[in-house]
Amino acid sequence: MRIKEHPLLEFKKGNKVNFQFDGQTLQGFEGEPIAAALHAAGVRVLSRSKIHQRPRGFWCAIGNCASCNMRVNGVPNVRTCTEPLREGMVVETQQGKGELNV
Amino acid sequence: MYRAEVLVIGSGPAGLMAALQAADRGAKVALVERDAHLGGQLLKQTHMFFGSKEHYAAERGFKIAENLDAAVKDHPGIEVFEDTTALGYYEDGVVPLERGKKILPAAYDALIMATGAQENTLLFPNCDLPGIYGAGAVQTLMNVHGVVPGNRVAMVGAGNIGVIVSYQLLQAGVAVPAIIEAMPDIGAYHVHASKVRRMGVPIYTSHTVVSAFGSEQLEKIVFAEIDEKMNPLPGSEQELDVDVLCLAVGLAPLTEILFQAGCQMAYVPELGGHVPLRSDTFETSVPGIFVAGDAGAIEEASAAMVEGKIAGMAAAAGLGYGKEQYEKDLANAREELAKLRNGPAGAITRRGLEKLPHPGEVSG
Repeated sequence: MRIKEHPLLEFKKGNKVNFQFDGQTLQGFEGEPIAAALHAAGVRVLSRSKIHQRPRGFWCAIGNCASCNMRVNGVPNVRTCTEPLREGMVVETQQGKGELNV
Repeated sequence: MYRAEVLVIGSGPAGLMAALQAADRGAKVALVERDAHLGGQLLKQTHMFFGSKEHYAAERGFKIAENLDAAVKDHPGIEVFEDTTALGYYEDGVVPLERGKKILPAAYDALIMATGAQENTLLFPNCDLPGIYGAGAVQTLMNVHGVVPGNRVAMVGAGNIGVIVSYQLLQAGVAVPAIIEAMPDIGAYHVHASKVRRMGVPIYTSHTVVSAFGSEQLEKIVFAEIDEKMNPLPGSEQELDVDVLCLAVGLAPLTEILFQAGCQMAYVPELGGHVPLRSDTFETSVPGIFVAGDAGAIEEASAAMVEGKIAGMAAAAGLGYGKEQYEKDLANAREELAKLRNGPAGAITRRGLEKLPHPGEVSG
């Protein structure tokens, strides 16, 4: 959910863009972190743990902890809490440590 | 090879002040920030600072960041690298800077580590469920990106961060049904705590989270009263339906690169964990490497700014810049820092600093 009115802050957002999340089309704002756009769209499970496949969400928001790592445009381990959203991005829930298709 | 006289890693309150101070004295400074914006945690701080006017009292963090951002970018002596990660510290002292998938190796005469801190977590069953977030992360999501973390948030920690973030959640229209604090007393400034209480948020002291529940994401927590040994009292458990649990249970210094550089470290819980030994001018045991802000000891942003100032002036003085004013400026800055730590809120830091040896006092 997005904050519509705030007593102190104004949120300057980029253009509205479409992106893919596990096959669905979602909308977000260009330049905001991918994880923020997903969160605003109600998506909170971002990856699965390596051994027990437990759901993983956002944790530190500063690109430090790896909890939000996802596959973006085919590249695994993208820190979605800091990676800016772009039009047409293909974002996927990451399973385990991710595989790089070379 | 890129060359700077003073390389500053991290552009939070400490790094910004260090860069400005060193450059004002004539050093050629490079300021490196892995985020797309300068300011570090100041960017998400919407509350007014306490203290005296010279420490930005009554100013809000994000406004301070805006002003310092403009000051460093306008400064002819500072080159700013945003979206750039200092990847490590090589044996020859070179710091590789990663920007846009390219590596720029950087050399320098003095290095200031202002890498900040990471949030602590708590262990309880299902503490890894999505919906359980650090308080800093909630502030970033909400105050920088304008997205609320959920509908109902339980807060753990009634220190300044827990209470201030609870207030910010209320400002953003989110319900906060409980603040849960393990200590018998509220750690936050009373003005903040009474504000959230007046807004109807109960603060449960001597309580802790026992367990979290939810299949794919957080749906419910159970919390309970605890005794002096932190054991839950049977029969005191309460259930609370929440979709977010926000943890404000302290910070730990981000010290990987200090360890890598071979700085002598000590474990001092009062300062947040493993911290580098440092001199009165914030020089570590490795000559020419300085530390400032939370990377050296967890404190408030106002203290981090003064530490940055001291490290910046000392690094510049070591290179021969600003020598004539140095002793006087240093004495003034040290006095400022002592004043900031002087209240009851600074007692833990003071105790920690007494335990921390100076470089050279221990071997190894």
